[in-house]
Amino acid sequence: MERRDYLIKKTAWSLLTIAFVLVLNFFLFRILPGDPTTSIAKDPRLTAETRRALQERFGLDKPLLLNLEGGSLFESQFFAYVMRLAQADLGISFNFNRPVADLLGERLLNTVLLVMGGQLLSIVLGVGLGLISAWKSRTAFDVGAITFSLAAWSLPTFWLGIILLILGSSYLGLPTAGRETVGMDYAGWWDQWRDIGRHLLLPTITFTIVLLGEYMLIMRSSVLEILSEDYILTAKAKGLSHLQVLWGHALRNALLPVVTLIALNLGFTVSGAIQVETVFSWPGLGSMIFDAVRRQDYPVLQGAFLLIAVSVVLANLVADLIYSVLDPRVKSA
Amino acid sequence: MLAQLRRSPLGVVGAFMLGLALIAATFAPWLAPYDPEQTIHVTIEDIYARPSAEHILGTDDGGNDVLSAFIFGSRVSLLVGFSASLISMFIGGAVGLVAGFYGGRIGNALMRLTDIFLVIPDLPLMIVIVAMVGPSLWNIILVIGILGWTGTARMVRAQALSLKERQFVLRARALGAGNFHILRRHIFPLVLPLMVANTVLVISLSILSESTLSFLGLGDPTTLSWGGMLNFAFTRGAISARAWWALVAPGLGIVWVVLACTLVGNTLEEAFNPRLQSHHLQGEDKMIASPSHIQAEG
Repeated sequence: MERRDYLIKKTAWSLLTIAFVLVLNFFLFRILPGDPTTSIAKDPRLTAETRRALQERFGLDKPLLLNLEGGSLFESQFFAYVMRLAQADLGISFNFNRPVADLLGERLLNTVLLVMGGQLLSIVLGVGLGLISAWKSRTAFDVGAITFSLAAWSLPTFWLGIILLILGSSYLGLPTAGRETVGMDYAGWWDQWRDIGRHLLLPTITFTIVLLGEYMLIMRSSVLEILSEDYILTAKAKGLSHLQVLWGHALRNALLPVVTLIALNLGFTVSGAIQVETVFSWPGLGSMIFDAVRRQDYPVLQGAFLLIAVSVVLANLVADLIYSVLDPRVKSA
Repeated sequence: MLAQLRRSPLGVVGAFMLGLALIAATFAPWLAPYDPEQTIHVTIEDIYARPSAEHILGTDDGGNDVLSAFIFGSRVSLLVGFSASLISMFIGGAVGLVAGFYGGRIGNALMRLTDIFLVIPDLPLMIVIVAMVGPSLWNIILVIGILGWTGTARMVRAQALSLKERQFVLRARALGAGNFHILRRHIFPLVLPLMVANTVLVISLSILSESTLSFLGLGDPTTLSWGGMLNFAFTRGAISARAWWALVAPGLGIVWVVLACTLVGNTLEEAFNPRLQSHHLQGEDKMIASPSHIQAEG
């Protein structure tokens, strides 16, 4: 009963957040002075009548949010926008002259591919380092690990990427851009994926280092807290070795804050993906945003922002649900 | 505060690093060998010229001295970092105090708003807003400041919540003190130190945001920041020209100030809100004294 209430509440808040994102997204792209026909209106061949026809064609003569002038209340620009979204219509890219939804769909998988590897590696390494660091707290290892984590956290992702790109391409002969070697004939899928793997190596290392620091620091302080609980003393008094206590008693409880952090960190992950993809020309959503900014391709920018924001909100919801399974106490909270 | 800073070596290092950066920013016109504003006559040899006696850090894509641009760039990073964090501190502090101290419906609504802003990914939103309103220095400061307050708000709210139930506050209330008086005289002074520590940490986030925006081409076109230098170098062939000097210094500058603020902020936070320092698994593996111990003591 209580868990069901918790799930309903969390889902409701996620939906509200998505609604907020929709409204924000709608208004952000309308704060430009004038409407899209103003720029066309500079063309001397365009009569006022054509302009009005254009406005009518794109629904720009309608009220912005709610129609209070009679007729249906929902006959407004905002609801037209929501209706188009419901049909996965995100508009046409200025630059590619293709539907934005198609473009995003092509790029999404590549971003997921990039983000997954880095996330998994950084979680495993960060949790491991944090655990050892807390266990050996106040030793040289601990101080070294903290310093490394703080330094890794302070690195601008894009800059680390550039440095690794230069080092990796000059000393290891790794590819510098893209997803596959251009103009390559593959002997089979194995050959192709090996090539993709080579392209993925540097972006993944960049991603891992940048994310690693925060996971390590959170895990460390979480383990420190657990290790000063009385039940740890009991476990030790039973004669268990340190490793048994760490593995059997401390790890699972200490992981809870890390799960929350992974969810909250998704925004940070997205920011990392934009930078890493830009540096390595990885054909994902991030480099698409970079190109859209440079070419003022607003429909693409709007669509990409919407997709990213909604994904992050949904991922947070999933993390909340996982958390409620891991920690039965949240029911009462 | 200073005593604690002295006890923590990392904090001292951070304060020293931040001090150096502030000096470089303040005295930039005297420290920089060349004036970045000056128009220069550029020949093909001046573009991405290697470090030499004339240009200690070489030249960039426009034939300008990298070292001078680097020293002047510190001004933008620090200005954006400090101003944006001040904005964040004011918004976050106000939201947190109201939500924690007054609570009720307004407090609840404020925390919901905080949660919403916490979930929406910052960088894409910043990119969209700056792309729409135009990349001027003040727009960037405002956008970073207005989007960076959620952490502060949550921290201040938690503090205010616990403080308002403390004995001295209840006593002041019993003596007839009003809400505003309690907030101003009893809650705020106790929350302030943590807010300052938090703000120092927010500075490092703001500086990272600014450099990322500038790197993505959304920096103020009239003032060159470290992120902007990296944007020019990256988009104008420094990598294929193997011109590492144009790429290394600005990046190290960012790491320098971000790390400095992180170290100082962490040390301050530790001082105002001490955490656990020891635990049960420190020292020997077994709890029983080993025979060698007993023998040594006996």
